[in-house]
Amino acid sequence: MLESKGHPNRLGIWGWLGGGRWGAERYLYTLHRLTGLGLLAYFLLHIIVTSSRALGQARWTQAMGAVSGPLFKVGEYLVFLAFAFHAINGIRLGIIELGFGVGKPIEPVYPYRTSLDVQRPIAIGVLVLAAVLVVMGTLNFWVLE
Amino acid sequence: MTTPKLTEVSYQIRRFDPERDAAPHWEVYRIPYAPGMTVLEGLWKVKELRSPTLAWRSSCRMGVCGSCGMLINGKPRLACNTQIAELESETVVVAPLPNFDIVRDLVPELAPMFATHQALMPYVIREDVEEREHPTNEFYQSAHELEHYLQFTYCIKCGCCMAACPTFATDALYSGPMPLGQAHRYNSDTRDGGFAARKQVLADEPGPWRCHYAGECSRVCPKGVDPAKAIQLMKRELVLDYLRLHKKKCPAKVAVKPTEAKRRDNIPEAPPRTV
Repeated sequence: MLESKGHPNRLGIWGWLGGGRWGAERYLYTLHRLTGLGLLAYFLLHIIVTSSRALGQARWTQAMGAVSGPLFKVGEYLVFLAFAFHAINGIRLGIIELGFGVGKPIEPVYPYRTSLDVQRPIAIGVLVLAAVLVVMGTLNFWVLE
Repeated sequence: MTTPKLTEVSYQIRRFDPERDAAPHWEVYRIPYAPGMTVLEGLWKVKELRSPTLAWRSSCRMGVCGSCGMLINGKPRLACNTQIAELESETVVVAPLPNFDIVRDLVPELAPMFATHQALMPYVIREDVEEREHPTNEFYQSAHELEHYLQFTYCIKCGCCMAACPTFATDALYSGPMPLGQAHRYNSDTRDGGFAARKQVLADEPGPWRCHYAGECSRVCPKGVDPAKAIQLMKRELVLDYLRLHKKKCPAKVAVKPTEAKRRDNIPEAPPRTV
Protein backbone atom coordinates (compact mmCIF):
# COMPACT_ATOMS: atom_id res chain seq x y z
CA MET A 1 0.00 0.00 0.00
CA LEU A 2 1.16 3.54 -0.81
CA GLU A 3 2.76 5.42 2.08
CA SER A 4 0.87 8.48 3.30
CA LYS A 5 2.23 11.58 5.01
CA GLY A 6 -1.02 12.49 6.78
CA HIS A 7 -1.77 12.21 10.50
CA PRO A 8 -2.36 8.53 11.48
CA ASN A 9 -6.04 7.76 12.10
CA ARG A 10 -6.22 3.96 12.12
CA LEU A 11 -8.66 2.65 14.73
CA GLY A 12 -6.57 -0.35 15.77
CA ILE A 13 -8.14 -2.78 18.25
CA TRP A 14 -10.92 -0.24 18.88
CA GLY A 15 -11.97 -0.94 15.28
CA TRP A 16 -13.11 -4.41 16.37
CA LEU A 17 -15.68 -2.79 18.62
CA GLY A 18 -16.48 0.64 17.13
CA GLY A 19 -16.04 2.55 13.89
CA GLY A 20 -19.46 1.90 12.42
CA ARG A 21 -23.00 1.01 13.31
CA TRP A 22 -22.84 -2.24 15.19
CA GLY A 23 -24.55 -5.21 13.61
CA ALA A 24 -25.04 -8.78 14.85
CA GLU A 25 -22.33 -10.06 12.47
CA ARG A 26 -19.83 -7.56 13.89
CA TYR A 27 -20.49 -8.89 17.41
CA LEU A 28 -19.98 -12.43 16.09
CA TYR A 29 -16.77 -11.33 14.34
CA THR A 30 -15.38 -9.76 17.52
CA LEU A 31 -16.47 -12.66 19.72
CA HIS A 32 -14.91 -15.12 17.25
CA ARG A 33 -11.59 -13.29 17.46
CA LEU A 34 -11.66 -12.98 21.26
CA THR A 35 -12.61 -16.65 21.76
CA GLY A 36 -9.90 -17.61 19.25
CA LEU A 37 -7.31 -15.71 21.27
CA GLY A 38 -8.66 -17.33 24.47
CA LEU A 39 -8.36 -20.81 22.98
CA LEU A 40 -4.84 -20.03 21.79
CA ALA A 41 -3.89 -18.97 25.34
CA TYR A 42 -5.42 -22.21 26.66
CA PHE A 43 -3.45 -24.33 24.17
CA LEU A 44 -0.20 -22.66 25.22
CA LEU A 45 -0.97 -23.34 28.89
CA HIS A 46 -2.03 -26.90 28.01
CA ILE A 47 1.29 -27.56 26.24
CA ILE A 48 3.28 -26.15 29.16
CA VAL A 49 1.36 -28.27 31.71
CA THR A 50 1.47 -31.54 29.74
CA SER A 51 5.14 -31.06 28.82
CA SER A 52 5.93 -31.40 32.53
CA ARG A 53 5.32 -35.16 32.10
CA ALA A 54 8.64 -35.33 30.26
CA LEU A 55 10.38 -34.06 33.42
CA GLY A 56 9.28 -37.02 35.53
CA GLN A 57 6.36 -38.29 37.61
CA ALA A 58 6.94 -35.85 40.47
CA ARG A 59 6.81 -32.75 38.23
CA TRP A 60 3.73 -34.11 36.48
CA THR A 61 1.89 -34.66 39.78
CA GLN A 62 2.96 -31.20 40.91
CA ALA A 63 1.73 -29.58 37.66
CA MET A 64 -1.62 -31.41 37.80
CA GLY A 65 -2.01 -30.33 41.41
CA ALA A 66 -1.41 -26.71 40.43
CA VAL A 67 -4.24 -26.73 37.87
CA SER A 68 -6.83 -28.68 39.87
CA GLY A 69 -8.19 -25.81 42.01
CA PRO A 70 -11.67 -24.22 41.66
CA LEU A 71 -10.19 -21.27 39.74
CA PHE A 72 -8.99 -23.62 36.99
CA LYS A 73 -12.35 -25.40 37.02
CA VAL A 74 -14.00 -22.06 36.15
CA GLY A 75 -11.21 -21.42 33.61
CA GLU A 76 -11.88 -24.80 32.03
CA TYR A 77 -15.57 -23.94 31.81
CA LEU A 78 -14.70 -20.63 30.08
CA VAL A 79 -12.55 -22.56 27.62
CA PHE A 80 -15.52 -24.81 26.92
CA LEU A 81 -17.79 -21.77 26.32
CA ALA A 82 -15.20 -20.30 23.95
CA PHE A 83 -14.89 -23.61 22.14
CA ALA A 84 -18.68 -24.04 21.82
CA PHE A 85 -19.04 -20.64 20.16
CA HIS A 86 -15.82 -20.68 18.13
CA ALA A 87 -16.43 -24.13 16.65
CA ILE A 88 -20.06 -23.59 15.66
CA ASN A 89 -19.49 -20.05 14.37
CA GLY A 90 -16.45 -21.36 12.48
CA ILE A 91 -18.78 -23.68 10.55
CA ARG A 92 -20.93 -20.64 9.64
CA LEU A 93 -17.84 -18.76 8.45
CA GLY A 94 -16.68 -21.79 6.47
CA ILE A 95 -20.02 -21.94 4.68
CA ILE A 96 -20.16 -18.20 4.01
CA GLU A 97 -16.54 -17.81 3.00
CA LEU A 98 -17.12 -20.42 0.32
CA GLY A 99 -19.77 -18.10 -1.09
CA PHE A 100 -22.80 -20.09 0.11
CA GLY A 101 -25.71 -18.49 1.93
CA VAL A 102 -24.92 -14.91 0.85
CA GLY A 103 -27.25 -14.83 -2.15
CA LYS A 104 -26.66 -13.82 -5.73
CA PRO A 105 -25.79 -10.30 -6.87
CA ILE A 106 -28.93 -8.19 -7.13
CA GLU A 107 -29.68 -4.73 -8.42
CA PRO A 108 -29.34 -2.35 -5.45
CA VAL A 109 -32.73 -0.73 -4.96
CA TYR A 110 -33.29 1.41 -1.86
CA PRO A 111 -33.85 0.31 0.92
CA TYR A 112 -30.87 -1.90 0.17
CA ARG A 113 -31.00 -5.60 0.98
CA THR A 114 -27.54 -7.01 1.61
CA SER A 115 -26.05 -10.47 1.96
CA LEU A 116 -26.23 -9.93 5.74
CA ASP A 117 -30.01 -10.24 5.57
CA VAL A 118 -29.74 -13.37 3.41
CA GLN A 119 -27.33 -15.19 5.75
CA ARG A 120 -29.13 -14.10 8.95
CA PRO A 121 -30.97 -17.48 9.36
CA ILE A 122 -27.56 -19.22 9.38
CA ALA A 123 -26.31 -16.78 12.05
CA ILE A 124 -29.42 -17.41 14.17
CA GLY A 125 -29.05 -21.17 13.70
CA VAL A 126 -25.43 -20.92 14.84
CA LEU A 127 -26.41 -19.07 17.99
CA VAL A 128 -29.15 -21.60 18.78
CA LEU A 129 -26.77 -24.54 18.23
CA ALA A 130 -24.08 -22.89 20.36
CA ALA A 131 -26.68 -22.25 23.10
CA VAL A 132 -27.74 -25.92 23.06
CA LEU A 133 -24.10 -26.97 23.31
CA VAL A 134 -23.53 -24.52 26.18
CA VAL A 135 -26.57 -25.81 28.10
CA MET A 136 -25.46 -29.43 27.68
CA GLY A 137 -21.91 -28.59 28.68
CA THR A 138 -23.02 -26.54 31.67
CA LEU A 139 -25.12 -29.42 32.96
CA ASN A 140 -22.19 -31.76 32.50
CA PHE A 141 -19.77 -29.36 34.19
CA TRP A 142 -21.75 -28.26 37.22
CA VAL A 143 -24.81 -30.50 37.73
CA LEU A 144 -24.26 -34.05 36.47
CA GLU A 145 -20.65 -34.34 37.68
CA MET B 1 -38.77 12.63 15.83
CA THR B 2 -38.12 15.89 17.65
CA THR B 3 -35.50 17.30 15.30
CA PRO B 4 -37.90 19.20 12.96
CA LYS B 5 -38.65 21.54 15.91
CA LEU B 6 -34.98 22.49 16.16
CA THR B 7 -33.93 26.02 15.32
CA GLU B 8 -30.24 25.49 16.03
CA VAL B 9 -27.96 22.51 15.90
CA SER B 10 -24.51 21.84 17.34
CA TYR B 11 -21.69 20.60 15.16
CA GLN B 12 -18.90 18.83 17.02
CA ILE B 13 -16.08 18.61 14.48
CA ARG B 14 -12.69 16.93 14.72
CA ARG B 15 -10.21 19.55 13.50
CA PHE B 16 -6.61 19.10 12.45
CA ASP B 17 -4.28 21.56 10.78
CA PRO B 18 -0.96 19.85 9.95
CA GLU B 19 0.86 23.21 10.07
CA ARG B 20 -0.32 24.11 13.59
CA ASP B 21 -1.63 21.05 15.44
CA ALA B 22 0.33 18.12 16.80
CA ALA B 23 -2.85 16.03 17.06
CA PRO B 24 -6.52 16.36 16.10
CA HIS B 25 -8.87 18.09 18.56
CA TRP B 26 -12.64 18.67 18.85
CA GLU B 27 -14.39 22.00 18.31
CA VAL B 28 -18.09 22.78 18.73
CA TYR B 29 -20.11 25.23 16.61
CA ARG B 30 -23.77 26.28 16.86
CA ILE B 31 -25.49 26.98 13.55
CA PRO B 32 -29.08 27.74 12.51
CA TYR B 33 -31.08 24.67 11.46
CA ALA B 34 -33.65 24.39 8.69
CA PRO B 35 -35.82 21.31 8.10
CA GLY B 36 -34.38 19.05 5.41
CA MET B 37 -30.84 20.29 5.99
CA THR B 38 -28.14 17.76 5.20
CA VAL B 39 -24.93 17.33 7.18
CA LEU B 40 -23.04 18.76 4.19
CA GLU B 41 -25.23 21.89 4.12
CA GLY B 42 -24.52 22.27 7.84
CA LEU B 43 -20.78 22.13 7.16
CA TRP B 44 -21.17 24.92 4.62
CA LYS B 45 -23.01 26.95 7.28
CA VAL B 46 -20.19 26.34 9.76
CA LYS B 47 -17.68 27.51 7.17
CA GLU B 48 -19.79 30.56 6.27
CA LEU B 49 -20.69 31.67 9.80
CA ARG B 50 -18.21 30.20 12.29
CA SER B 51 -14.94 28.85 10.89
CA PRO B 52 -13.82 29.77 7.35
CA THR B 53 -10.76 27.54 7.63
CA LEU B 54 -12.77 24.30 7.95
CA ALA B 55 -11.73 21.85 5.20
CA TRP B 56 -13.51 18.85 3.69
CA ARG B 57 -14.07 17.29 0.27
CA SER B 58 -17.39 17.46 -1.55
CA SER B 59 -18.63 17.96 -5.06
CA CYS B 60 -21.91 16.66 -6.46
CA ARG B 61 -24.19 17.06 -3.38
CA MET B 62 -26.30 14.09 -4.56
CA GLY B 63 -24.51 10.91 -3.44
CA VAL B 64 -22.85 10.25 -6.77
CA CYS B 65 -19.24 11.47 -6.62
CA GLY B 66 -18.28 9.81 -3.30
CA SER B 67 -16.18 12.77 -2.12
CA CYS B 68 -17.91 13.62 1.16
CA GLY B 69 -17.51 10.33 3.05
CA MET B 70 -16.97 11.08 6.75
CA LEU B 71 -17.70 9.61 10.18
CA ILE B 72 -21.06 11.10 11.18
CA ASN B 73 -22.40 10.24 14.63
CA GLY B 74 -20.21 7.15 14.76
CA LYS B 75 -21.02 5.75 11.33
CA PRO B 76 -19.24 6.26 8.01
CA ARG B 77 -21.69 8.01 5.68
CA LEU B 78 -21.89 10.51 2.85
CA ALA B 79 -22.48 14.00 4.31
CA CYS B 80 -24.62 15.00 1.31
CA ASN B 81 -26.77 11.90 1.64
CA THR B 82 -27.46 12.26 5.38
CA GLN B 83 -30.15 14.56 6.71
CA ILE B 84 -29.58 16.00 10.18
CA ALA B 85 -33.15 14.96 11.10
CA GLU B 86 -32.39 11.27 10.51
CA LEU B 87 -29.60 11.39 13.10
CA GLU B 88 -32.24 12.05 15.80
CA SER B 89 -29.75 14.07 17.81
CA GLU B 90 -29.25 17.74 18.52
CA THR B 91 -25.51 17.31 18.08
CA VAL B 92 -23.91 16.30 14.82
CA VAL B 93 -20.55 14.70 15.53
CA VAL B 94 -18.35 14.79 12.44
CA ALA B 95 -14.86 13.27 12.12
CA PRO B 96 -12.71 12.25 9.16
CA LEU B 97 -13.12 8.67 7.92
CA PRO B 98 -11.15 6.39 10.27
CA ASN B 99 -8.47 4.00 8.99
CA PHE B 100 -7.23 6.70 6.59
CA ASP B 101 -4.58 9.22 7.53
CA ILE B 102 -5.86 12.77 7.99
CA VAL B 103 -4.68 15.35 5.46
CA ARG B 104 -6.53 18.21 7.17
CA ASP B 105 -9.76 18.51 9.21
CA LEU B 106 -12.27 16.17 7.52
CA VAL B 107 -10.09 15.34 4.51
CA PRO B 108 -8.85 11.71 4.55
CA GLU B 109 -5.82 10.52 2.58
CA LEU B 110 -7.45 8.17 0.07
CA ALA B 111 -4.38 7.72 -2.17
CA PRO B 112 -3.29 4.39 -0.57
CA MET B 113 -6.78 2.95 -1.17
CA PHE B 114 -6.66 3.98 -4.83
CA ALA B 115 -3.14 2.53 -5.18
CA THR B 116 -4.45 -0.85 -3.94
CA HIS B 117 -7.46 -0.52 -6.22
CA GLN B 118 -5.15 0.09 -9.18
CA ALA B 119 -2.93 -2.87 -8.26
CA LEU B 120 -5.95 -5.20 -8.59
CA MET B 121 -6.40 -4.14 -12.22
CA PRO B 122 -9.95 -2.72 -12.14
CA TYR B 123 -10.46 -2.76 -15.88
CA VAL B 124 -11.36 -5.23 -18.60
CA ILE B 125 -8.36 -7.39 -19.51
CA ARG B 126 -8.43 -9.21 -22.84
CA GLU B 127 -5.93 -10.93 -25.05
CA ASP B 128 -7.19 -9.10 -28.12
CA VAL B 129 -5.51 -5.85 -27.10
CA GLU B 130 -6.14 -4.24 -30.47
CA GLU B 131 -9.92 -4.71 -30.13
CA ARG B 132 -9.83 -3.37 -26.56
CA GLU B 133 -7.84 -0.28 -27.47
CA HIS B 134 -9.54 0.39 -30.81
CA PRO B 135 -12.96 -1.28 -30.58
CA THR B 136 -14.72 -2.11 -33.81
CA ASN B 137 -18.00 -3.05 -32.15
CA GLU B 138 -19.56 -3.90 -28.77
CA PHE B 139 -19.09 -7.26 -27.03
CA TYR B 140 -21.87 -9.83 -26.72
CA GLN B 141 -23.28 -9.95 -23.19
CA SER B 142 -26.71 -11.13 -22.10
CA ALA B 143 -28.87 -9.41 -19.49
CA HIS B 144 -28.38 -12.45 -17.26
CA GLU B 145 -24.59 -12.14 -17.53
CA LEU B 146 -24.86 -8.45 -16.67
CA GLU B 147 -26.62 -9.32 -13.40
CA HIS B 148 -23.50 -11.18 -12.20
CA TYR B 149 -21.61 -7.93 -11.69
CA LEU B 150 -24.08 -5.03 -12.08
CA GLN B 151 -24.52 -4.58 -8.30
CA PHE B 152 -20.79 -4.07 -7.84
CA THR B 153 -20.54 -1.42 -10.56
CA TYR B 154 -22.46 1.06 -8.40
CA CYS B 155 -19.37 1.59 -6.18
CA ILE B 156 -18.42 5.28 -5.95
CA LYS B 157 -15.11 4.70 -4.10
CA CYS B 158 -16.13 6.88 -1.15
CA GLY B 159 -14.10 4.76 1.31
CA CYS B 160 -16.97 4.30 3.83
CA CYS B 161 -16.53 0.50 3.65
CA MET B 162 -12.82 0.78 4.41
CA ALA B 163 -13.55 3.02 7.39
CA ALA B 164 -16.08 0.54 8.80
CA CYS B 165 -14.01 -2.64 8.27
CA PRO B 166 -12.70 -4.01 11.59
CA THR B 167 -10.03 -6.08 9.82
CA PHE B 168 -8.67 -3.04 7.97
CA ALA B 169 -8.65 -1.18 11.32
CA THR B 170 -5.91 -3.46 12.67
CA ASP B 171 -4.33 -4.72 9.48
CA ALA B 172 -2.80 -2.11 7.18
CA LEU B 173 -1.71 -4.82 4.73
CA TYR B 174 -5.27 -5.97 4.05
CA SER B 175 -6.48 -4.77 0.64
CA GLY B 176 -9.89 -3.80 2.02
CA PRO B 177 -13.48 -4.19 0.83
CA MET B 178 -13.51 -1.60 -1.96
CA PRO B 179 -10.52 -2.84 -4.01
CA LEU B 180 -11.45 -6.50 -3.47
CA GLY B 181 -15.10 -5.89 -4.35
CA GLN B 182 -14.05 -4.14 -7.52
CA ALA B 183 -11.66 -6.96 -8.43
CA HIS B 184 -14.62 -9.35 -8.24
CA ARG B 185 -16.71 -6.93 -10.33
CA TYR B 186 -14.24 -7.39 -13.21
CA ASN B 187 -13.63 -11.09 -12.55
CA SER B 188 -17.34 -11.76 -12.99
CA ASP B 189 -17.68 -9.64 -16.13
CA THR B 190 -18.02 -11.95 -19.14
CA ARG B 191 -16.12 -9.48 -21.34
CA ASP B 192 -13.07 -9.85 -19.09
CA GLY B 193 -10.38 -12.51 -19.23
CA GLY B 194 -8.17 -11.23 -16.44
CA PHE B 195 -8.98 -13.70 -13.63
CA ALA B 196 -5.57 -15.39 -13.89
CA ALA B 197 -3.74 -12.05 -13.82
CA ARG B 198 -5.72 -10.75 -10.82
CA LYS B 199 -5.37 -14.07 -9.02
CA GLN B 200 -1.62 -13.46 -8.73
CA VAL B 201 -2.41 -10.43 -6.56
CA LEU B 202 -5.57 -11.78 -4.87
CA ALA B 203 -4.06 -15.08 -3.75
CA ASP B 204 -1.32 -13.15 -1.95
CA GLU B 205 -1.40 -12.37 1.76
CA PRO B 206 -3.38 -9.08 1.69
CA GLY B 207 -6.13 -10.70 -0.36
CA PRO B 208 -9.73 -11.71 0.44
CA TRP B 209 -8.79 -14.41 2.98
CA ARG B 210 -8.33 -11.78 5.67
CA CYS B 211 -12.04 -10.95 5.47
CA HIS B 212 -14.06 -12.81 8.12
CA TYR B 213 -17.45 -11.38 7.30
CA ALA B 214 -18.10 -8.76 9.96
CA GLY B 215 -20.35 -7.30 7.26
CA GLU B 216 -19.88 -3.66 8.25
CA CYS B 217 -18.76 -2.70 4.74
CA SER B 218 -22.09 -3.83 3.30
CA ARG B 219 -24.02 -2.26 6.15
CA VAL B 220 -22.54 1.23 5.66
CA CYS B 221 -22.30 1.25 1.86
CA PRO B 222 -24.34 4.28 0.69
CA LYS B 223 -24.98 2.67 -2.71
CA GLY B 224 -25.99 -0.88 -1.67
CA VAL B 225 -22.96 -2.40 -3.39
CA ASP B 226 -22.47 -5.16 -0.77
CA PRO B 227 -18.67 -5.61 -0.92
CA ALA B 228 -18.86 -8.42 1.68
CA LYS B 229 -20.91 -10.49 -0.75
CA ALA B 230 -18.47 -9.79 -3.58
CA ILE B 231 -15.53 -10.90 -1.44
CA GLN B 232 -17.20 -14.18 -0.39
CA LEU B 233 -18.17 -14.95 -4.00
CA MET B 234 -14.61 -14.24 -5.04
CA LYS B 235 -13.28 -16.63 -2.40
CA ARG B 236 -15.47 -19.36 -3.89
CA GLU B 237 -13.99 -18.67 -7.34
CA LEU B 238 -10.47 -18.85 -5.90
CA VAL B 239 -11.20 -22.16 -4.11
CA LEU B 240 -12.73 -23.64 -7.26
CA ASP B 241 -9.69 -22.46 -9.20
CA TYR B 242 -7.37 -24.09 -6.63
CA LEU B 243 -9.29 -27.35 -7.00
CA ARG B 244 -9.12 -26.92 -10.79
CA LEU B 245 -12.93 -26.81 -10.91
CA HIS B 246 -13.14 -23.17 -12.01
CA LYS B 247 -14.97 -22.86 -15.29
CA LYS B 248 -12.60 -21.51 -17.89
CA LYS B 249 -14.29 -18.35 -19.12
CA CYS B 250 -13.90 -17.36 -22.74
CA PRO B 251 -14.20 -13.58 -22.87
CA ALA B 252 -17.30 -12.45 -24.75
CA LYS B 253 -16.84 -12.14 -28.47
CA VAL B 254 -17.15 -8.97 -30.47
CA ALA B 255 -20.66 -8.57 -31.81
CA VAL B 256 -20.91 -9.11 -35.55
CA LYS B 257 -22.27 -6.20 -37.49
CA PRO B 258 -25.40 -7.12 -39.45
CA THR B 259 -24.51 -7.03 -43.11
CA GLU B 260 -27.87 -7.59 -44.80
CA ALA B 261 -29.99 -5.23 -42.72
CA LYS B 262 -31.17 -2.10 -44.51
CA ARG B 263 -31.62 1.24 -42.85
CA ARG B 264 -35.04 2.82 -43.17
CA ASP B 265 -35.03 6.17 -44.89
CA ASN B 266 -36.75 8.09 -42.09
CA ILE B 267 -34.12 7.23 -39.44
CA PRO B 268 -31.44 9.94 -39.12
CA GLU B 269 -27.74 9.08 -39.11
CA ALA B 270 -26.15 8.32 -35.73
CA PRO B 271 -23.81 10.98 -34.29
CA PRO B 272 -20.04 10.44 -34.81
CA ARG B 273 -18.36 7.82 -32.61
CA THR B 274 -16.75 9.08 -29.43
CA VAL B 275 -14.58 6.02 -28.74
